[in-house]
Amino acid sequence: MKLDDLKTDQAIRLHGLSRRFGERLVLDQLDLQIPQGQFLAIVGRSGCGKSTLLRLLAGLDRPDGGLLQQPAGQSVRVMFQEARLLPWKSVLDNVALGLPASRLGEAEQALAEVGLADRAQEWPARLSGGQRQRVALARALVHQPSLLLLDEPLGALDALTRLEMQGLIEKLWQQHGCTTVLVTHDVSEAVALADRVVLLEEGRVALDLPVELPRSRTHADPRFVALEQHILQRVLQGPSFNTPLINEAPLTSLHFSQLHWAL
Amino acid sequence: MSRSVSFARGLWQRLLPWLVPLLLVIGWQIASLAGWLNHRVLPAPSEVLVAFWQLLISGDLFRHLAVSFARVAAGFVIGAGLGLLFGLLTGVSRLGEALFDTTLQMLRNIPPLAILPLVILWFGIDESAKVFLVAFAVLFPVYLNTYHGIRSLDPQLLEMARSYGLSGRELFRQVVLPGALPSILVGIRYALGIAWIILIVAETLSATSGIGYLAANAREFLQTDIVVLSILLYAALGKAVDVAARLLEKRWLRWHPSYFQAA
Repeated sequence: MKLDDLKTDQAIRLHGLSRRFGERLVLDQLDLQIPQGQFLAIVGRSGCGKSTLLRLLAGLDRPDGGLLQQPAGQSVRVMFQEARLLPWKSVLDNVALGLPASRLGEAEQALAEVGLADRAQEWPARLSGGQRQRVALARALVHQPSLLLLDEPLGALDALTRLEMQGLIEKLWQQHGCTTVLVTHDVSEAVALADRVVLLEEGRVALDLPVELPRSRTHADPRFVALEQHILQRVLQGPSFNTPLINEAPLTSLHFSQLHWAL
Repeated sequence: MSRSVSFARGLWQRLLPWLVPLLLVIGWQIASLAGWLNHRVLPAPSEVLVAFWQLLISGDLFRHLAVSFARVAAGFVIGAGLGLLFGLLTGVSRLGEALFDTTLQMLRNIPPLAILPLVILWFGIDESAKVFLVAFAVLFPVYLNTYHGIRSLDPQLLEMARSYGLSGRELFRQVVLPGALPSILVGIRYALGIAWIILIVAETLSATSGIGYLAANAREFLQTDIVVLSILLYAALGKAVDVAARLLEKRWLRWHPSYFQAA
């Protein structure tokens, strides 16, 4: 899907959006437009404001300034970093949270979509971390949201489970076609899943790149690698644009610590 | 072959903890028979058994048991009900907390038995005196644990539930109450223990029926066998109530890892 194909009339628009916590300006006059149906990935270092932006989109937090325009009648569902399942409800009842009893069948179907139909009557505490996140994904999708927000949902999973989940998220996104915003610090994950990658730096958009690789993408594709490297370089470079990366000792040391999450 | 050996070993290990109590009772019986123990100090186990049988035959045992049990039940239902009510109120609403918490925390510091003289003045040695004392003693542990259980709910779960459209009654029924339940049940078990202690003292000091009365009356006539029997009855009743509370926990907290691990 190309950017041009996406409808813009139902877009989410952010104009000069600001949010501060005490003295710290977390989002600084942010401008961004998210067309309907787009899979947008927001990357950036810890504390760049990406989670704050997601919470504003979710309506869990309010901006201090600027404008946040969302299409009328938009339904939003969030998938958090932690699965946040209610431990006293069965897996199926967790998926059906907030649904009327008459729509229990849809919850069963959503659970089947994430491959956990046979665990419907289990307690969440019996599931593995990856399975719990799949339940959380089913719970989000069963409401047929027009905007799905993913707040580093795979951050706590092991590498293999993470790849599996990425495939699942991509598949379900293609089926449901909802606008999706993924916040992640894993550049490779962003390039693998998103139509467009936005880099946030000090509360502003520092980089805004379309990802025009055919799905489903393979990490071995040289174009994939090139794009990932390009974004990664830009992330590591930091806000001061003209500083060469190699000559800066503190940045080089950062280089290693930051690399491990990208691999 | 090896199966029957392991069965025998399992039986042996199960019986082993009872070996010392059994030897103690046998030793106690021998000491009484040999005349080393004065009957007025400690009657022989056989005498306690005889007293038990006689009271059972005459129907007195059942009558006193029923009276004591009814007192604990009435006091417990009233006290725990009020504790639960206030705990939910102060836990859920800031206004409720501002209104009631300080008062309840002040009353909590009064030892229930300290108000015994006042209670006797108010109610005489009527039923209501005992019920009042038990209710008063039970209220605070239930209150504190309910309040604490609600206040220590995972805010992430609450946030999730709200963003999934739960509010008001549904939020309370599906998230707040089940989340606070483990803590509430701790309060209830603790309160059950207290209820018996308070009742024993109240019945010993002022009553015309009940196990405490049975013991106090027997003391007047130096019937040490009945005194010892009363003590054993209290122990048995306390244990029975605790077992019942455990069963409730097992049933209501099935979802909790510490309850299904053994299964």
